[in-house]
Amino acid sequence: MSAAALLELQDISLSFKGVRAISDISFAVAEGEICALIGPNGAGKSSLLNVINGVYQPQQGLIRFAGRECRAMRPHDAALGGIARTFQNIALFKGMSVLDNVLTGRNLKRRAGWLEQALRLGRAPGEDDRQREAAEQVLAFLRIQPWRDAIVGRLPYGLQKRVELARALAAEPRLLLLDEPMAGMNAEEKAQMSRFILDINREFGTTVVLIEHDIGVVMSLSDHVVVLDYGRKVGDGPPDEVRRNPEVIAAYLGTRH
Amino acid sequence: MEFFFEVLIGGLLAGVMYSLVAIGFVLIYKASGVFNFAQGAMVLFAALTFVSLLERGVPFWAAFAVTLALMVALALLIERAVLRPLVNRSPITLFMATLGLSYVIEGAAQALWGAQVHGLELGISDEPLELGGLLLSQFDLFAAATAAVLVIALSLLFNRTRIGLALRAVADDPLAAQAVGVRLQRVWAVVWAVAGFVGLVAGLLWGARLGVQFSLSLVVLKALPVLIIGGFTSVSGAIVGGLLVGASEKLAEVYLGPWIGGGLENWFPYVLALLFLLVRPAGLFGERAIERV
Amino acid sequence: MLYREAGQFSVRYADDRRFFRLRQGRLGLAALLTFAFLGVPLLGNDYWFSAILIPFLVLSLAGLGLNLLTGYAGQLSLGSAAFMAVGAFATYNFELRLPGLPLLASIVLGGLSAALVAVLFGLPSLRIKGFYLIVSTLAAQFFVQWALTRFGWFSNYNSSGVITAPPLQVAGLDFSSPAGRYLLTLGVVSALFWLGANLARSELGRNWMAVRDMDTAAAVIGIPLLKTKLLAFAISGFFLGVAGALWAFTYLGTVEPHGFDLSRSFQILFIIIIGGLGSILGNFLGAAFIVLFPLLLSNLATLLPAGFIDAGQLENLQKMVFGVLIILFLIKEPEGLARLWQRFRERARLWPLRY
Repeated sequence: MSAAALLELQDISLSFKGVRAISDISFAVAEGEICALIGPNGAGKSSLLNVINGVYQPQQGLIRFAGRECRAMRPHDAALGGIARTFQNIALFKGMSVLDNVLTGRNLKRRAGWLEQALRLGRAPGEDDRQREAAEQVLAFLRIQPWRDAIVGRLPYGLQKRVELARALAAEPRLLLLDEPMAGMNAEEKAQMSRFILDINREFGTTVVLIEHDIGVVMSLSDHVVVLDYGRKVGDGPPDEVRRNPEVIAAYLGTRH
Repeated sequence: MEFFFEVLIGGLLAGVMYSLVAIGFVLIYKASGVFNFAQGAMVLFAALTFVSLLERGVPFWAAFAVTLALMVALALLIERAVLRPLVNRSPITLFMATLGLSYVIEGAAQALWGAQVHGLELGISDEPLELGGLLLSQFDLFAAATAAVLVIALSLLFNRTRIGLALRAVADDPLAAQAVGVRLQRVWAVVWAVAGFVGLVAGLLWGARLGVQFSLSLVVLKALPVLIIGGFTSVSGAIVGGLLVGASEKLAEVYLGPWIGGGLENWFPYVLALLFLLVRPAGLFGERAIERV
Repeated sequence: MLYREAGQFSVRYADDRRFFRLRQGRLGLAALLTFAFLGVPLLGNDYWFSAILIPFLVLSLAGLGLNLLTGYAGQLSLGSAAFMAVGAFATYNFELRLPGLPLLASIVLGGLSAALVAVLFGLPSLRIKGFYLIVSTLAAQFFVQWALTRFGWFSNYNSSGVITAPPLQVAGLDFSSPAGRYLLTLGVVSALFWLGANLARSELGRNWMAVRDMDTAAAVIGIPLLKTKLLAFAISGFFLGVAGALWAFTYLGTVEPHGFDLSRSFQILFIIIIGGLGSILGNFLGAAFIVLFPLLLSNLATLLPAGFIDAGQLENLQKMVFGVLIILFLIKEPEGLARLWQRFRERARLWPLRY
C-alpha cells in the first residue's frame, strides 16, 4: 500500500438481511489520484461508495481516511472530513434553484448562527457575500451560470448531473465520490464531463473515486482501477495492468474487444 | 384478577372494532400507497345512508345492497376524480387530498341525510353473557365474529382470485404490474370499493354501538395508531394492532387514570404508537424498506 | 409595463438578496405598510377590525408557522392548534403569575413555551419520516388539549377551562379598542413575518428545503438533520404559539382549550395548501381566503329566498366546497394562490405586450 494513501479500506463486509453485498474488500486510494471502481451491475460498487461516506454502516472492517481510523463512517462526519459525492440517480434538491443547490454544498463553511442570519446581524451579511462568490466560481468552472436561477427539477438530465457535481465541488472536498457521473450521456457529454473531472483533479488536487461502466472512459481517465464482482475484489492496479489480468477479463470484460 | 381479565377482554373486543376500520386503510394503502384519511368519512357516509334508508321503510337487505352500490359508485368516482390525476405524487400530497376528500364526503353525507343522531338496531342484544366466570358483551362477541369472517373473506379474495393476484402485483411494484398488463385503475377502483364495503360493515357495527352520527368519522383517529403499531401493509397487523390498542387503552384508563386523570384514551394510543415507531419504525408486521441511493 | 425591470441591475450580491429586487416591489411594500398602519385604523370600522382583519392577520401568522415546518422543511404536522394553545395558555399564565411583566414579553415567553413543546413532539422526526410523523403531531394535538382541560392550574381553576385576555397595554398605551387590537396584532405579525421571511431565505431555510427534497443527500453534504429538523419544529412552534396568544387575546378575548381542537389544525393546514406550500406570500393569500370565503358564501345565501338554505346546510356546503378546493389545488396548482399571483405578475411585467 502506498504511504500517501488518503483513503484505505480494510476487509469491509456489508450485508442486507443476510444477503452479502460486499465481502472482505480492501483497497487504498492515494492522495491526488483518480480511482475507478468497475464491475458488472450488482457487484457492490454503489454500496461501497455508500460505506465510504457513511450512508451504509458495514458489519465488519476498518476505514481509514486522512489518517483517522474508524469502523464506520457517519454521513455528517464524512462531510466534515472533506468527502463529497454525487449519486447514481441524481439526488438534487428538486424544488430549489441551481444557485441554492450549490450554496447548500457550502453549509459547512458557515460560521454565523441561524439567528444571526435571520436578524442579518454580525458576521452574516459579509459571509453571505463570500459564500455567493465561492458558489459563483463553481458555477463558472462548470459553465452553468446561465441556469443560476432555474429550478433544478425542470432542467434537462445532463445539466442536472453537472449541477450535482457543482454542489459536491462547492464543499471544496478532499475526496470526491462520483457514482456513474456519465450514465445516460451521449459521447459529447461524456467527453465534456471527463474534461471537468480531470480539471477538478488537476486544478484543485482533489482525489476522485468514480464508478463508470464505459471502459474507454475509465481507461483514459483513471490512474488506478479496482474491479469488483459479486461483492469481491477481483482486480486492483493501474489501468493497463488490470486490462491484462485474466481473472478480470473472465469476470467482467468477458471476451477481448 | 378477575376484574383485570374483564377489563382486558373488554378492551380486546373494543379493539376488534378498531381493527375493522383499520383493515379498510390497509387495503387502500397496499394497493395505491395512499393513507386514506377519508376512510372515517366513508364509514360515516355508509352508516348514515343505510340508516336513513331503513328509516324510510326500505327493508334491511335492500338498504344494504343500495348502500353498497353507492359505496362502489363513490369508489369509482374517487378513483376517477382524485387518484388518477394525482398519480405519482408524493404520499404527503395524496394524504392531504384524502383530507380534502373527507371534508367533501362528510359535508355531502350530512347535506343529504341531516346531522341528527340516528339510532341503529341490528337485532343483537347487548345483554352481558357469562362465559367461564367473566361477563362479556354479546354485541362485542358478534363484532369479533364479523371481523373474523371479514378477514377470512378478504384473504380468500386476495389469495384465490385473479383480482387478488393483480392487487398483490400492484402492491409489490406498480410499474412492473402495469408492464405485464395489470390495469392499475381497475385494481384501484376494486380496492376502494372493497374498502367501501369494509367501511359499511364497520359503520353498521359502530353505528349500532354509538348511534349513527358525525362522530363516526372520527374513528379514523383511532385507526391511525392501530396502523402504526400493526404496520400499514398487513391485514393481520391491523387486527393485532387493534387488539393491542383496545386492550392497552382500557387498562391505562382503569389503572393509570386514577393517578394522572381520566379521559386519557384520546391520546394514549398515540403515545403507544410513538413508542412503537421509535423501536420498530415499520410496525409489527411491516417490512422495513432498505434505502437505496 | 407596470413591472418594468429595465435599467435595474443588481450590482452587488446584497442587491440580489433583497425581498423585492425591483424598485416597484419595494415601493409597493412601503405603501402597503403605511396604509396598513396609518390608513386602515382611520378608515376601518369595528366590524372590519374584529371580524375580518384581526383573524386574517393571526391566521396568516399561524400559516407562516406551519409553512416553515411543512412547506419548507417538509415535516407534515396536524398539531398546529396544540402549539397555538400552548402559546395562549402560557402567555396567560406568565401574565397572571409574574405581575408587572410587559405584555409583549409574556407573548414572547408564551411563544418560547410553545417552541419547547414543539421540539418535544418533534424529537421522533429523526426516526419517523414522511406522513408517519402525523402520529407524533396528532399525539401533541390530543395530549395538549387533554392536559389543558384536565389540570385546572393552566386556566387558574376556571370551572370550564376558559382564560380571559389580560389588559392589552404596551409601553403604557392602551390597545383594547378594536382599532388598538388591530394595530397590536399588525405590529407583532409584521415583525414576525420579517423574521420568518429572512429565515426562509437564509442558510437555515435552504437546509430545510434540502431536508424536504432529499434528506439522504442533505446528510451527505453535511447538513445536520436532527438540528435542522428540531429547529424547524422550534421556530414553527414559536410562531404558532405567538399566533395562539394573539388569537386568544387580541381576536377572541376569551378562549377555552376546545377552541384549539383538531379542526383548527386542519384549518391552518388548508391555509397553506390553498395559499401555497413553501411561500411567504401564500400565507396571507390562504388566510384571506379562509376568512373571506365563508362570509362570501353566507352573503350569497342571503340573496336567495329566505329559508331556501338553512345555516346547517350552509355549513355542509362550505365544507364540501373547501374539500373540493383542496383537491383541486393539489391537482392543478400545488403551489397554491401564491403561484397564481406570480403568474399574474409575470403577465403584468409584459403588459400590454404578450411576450
